[in-house]
Amino acid sequence: MGAALREWLLRAADDELIIGHRHSEWTGFGPDIESDVALSSIAQEEIGHARLFYEMVCRVDGAGDPDRLAFGRPPGEFRHAVLVERPNADWGTSLLRLFLYEHFDRARLEVAAQSTYRPLADLAGALRREEKYHLLFGEAWVRRLGAATEESGERMRAALAAVWPDAMDLVEGTEADALLAQSGALPQTPEALRRAWTEGVAVVLAESRLPVPEVAPAAEGLRGRRGQHTVDLDALLGEMTSVRRLDPQARW
Amino acid sequence: MRTTPLDLEEQIWQALREIEDPELPVAITDLGLVRDVRVEEGRVLVRLIPTYSACPAMRVIGDDIRRRLLALEGVREVSVEVTYDEPWTVARMTEEGRRRLTAHGLSVPRRGTWEEPVTCPFCGSTQTTLENLFGPTLCRAIYYCRACGNPIERFKPPLDSA
Repeated sequence: MGAALREWLLRAADDELIIGHRHSEWTGFGPDIESDVALSSIAQEEIGHARLFYEMVCRVDGAGDPDRLAFGRPPGEFRHAVLVERPNADWGTSLLRLFLYEHFDRARLEVAAQSTYRPLADLAGALRREEKYHLLFGEAWVRRLGAATEESGERMRAALAAVWPDAMDLVEGTEADALLAQSGALPQTPEALRRAWTEGVAVVLAESRLPVPEVAPAAEGLRGRRGQHTVDLDALLGEMTSVRRLDPQARW
Repeated sequence: MRTTPLDLEEQIWQALREIEDPELPVAITDLGLVRDVRVEEGRVLVRLIPTYSACPAMRVIGDDIRRRLLALEGVREVSVEVTYDEPWTVARMTEEGRRRLTAHGLSVPRRGTWEEPVTCPFCGSTQTTLENLFGPTLCRAIYYCRACGNPIERFKPPLDSA
């Protein structure tokens, strides 16, 4: 059970760290000052949440260093969904990704709040109340860009077609999920999570005139939850860990 | 003079009341961040409830608590724990806390919902519009007051409903 729980916690931690890093790349480049502040703030919060999940991994392990988990692992040990490692592309694509991810995160935290592992249930209860702001922000932008003008709608439909196959990776499961569901540690299967997520995003997408594309799940066969990632992650980690690699013993 | 355990606990609370949040001019006790204090033979455990779990001020606050309490006679060891089993809500804030934040130019809500009108801390008007859900810290949003023409910050509680 410890190994399955660890796996689940790493997914959550890695998702939050990597999407947080991508959001932080908007700092200084947002389309207006408000958006710039918003993405910077969301980035700070996601990376902070990642830290709390890494600390919990260390607690399950009985030892370890959250910073090493964040900055000292090779790409194959990361368990985030491929969706979050993709480069930001344009603002619309980035916000669409944020929206898809936040809906998934909400569904995931709902389940985690019922975990029999008490520290996780408590933390998920807190995160749920904080993450609602991210979702509100993402939804507002998807609605705005989806229905604003012909051009913005077209670009958002193209963005949705581009990110949708990767988004399927969010709800991919592994053997760990069956174990966790069976034990009650996380009382939901990947199928049920996928349904909850799909239903959540479908309503907003439909209202934003963005029909869900018909794409086979994980079309490229990528499985972030199993440590299979793209070269985009290599580039991201190269930059994210560059300062730490200068002097791994430095104290901050 | 020998202090009894009760005296020490009161001294600890007094010290905590003098520690300010590094991002806001308000005592951590008035923000409702201190959940409880346990003292046993000179070993002190302070448990905190963060407004936002990712708040970077928590580490600074923990350091401040350790430094202040270790300076008290009779304190040998200080641990600070951040807990999540009880949520932080605006109800944890004292009236003094609300007063200090309002004087600092923050609009402070009564509940953790989105629907509550935002009152301008400068002129008291509720003719305010949202400029940004996100602000200079995780716990602040930006509004604009149409009555007095000032940009205002609103203390942004984690949402109980959305």
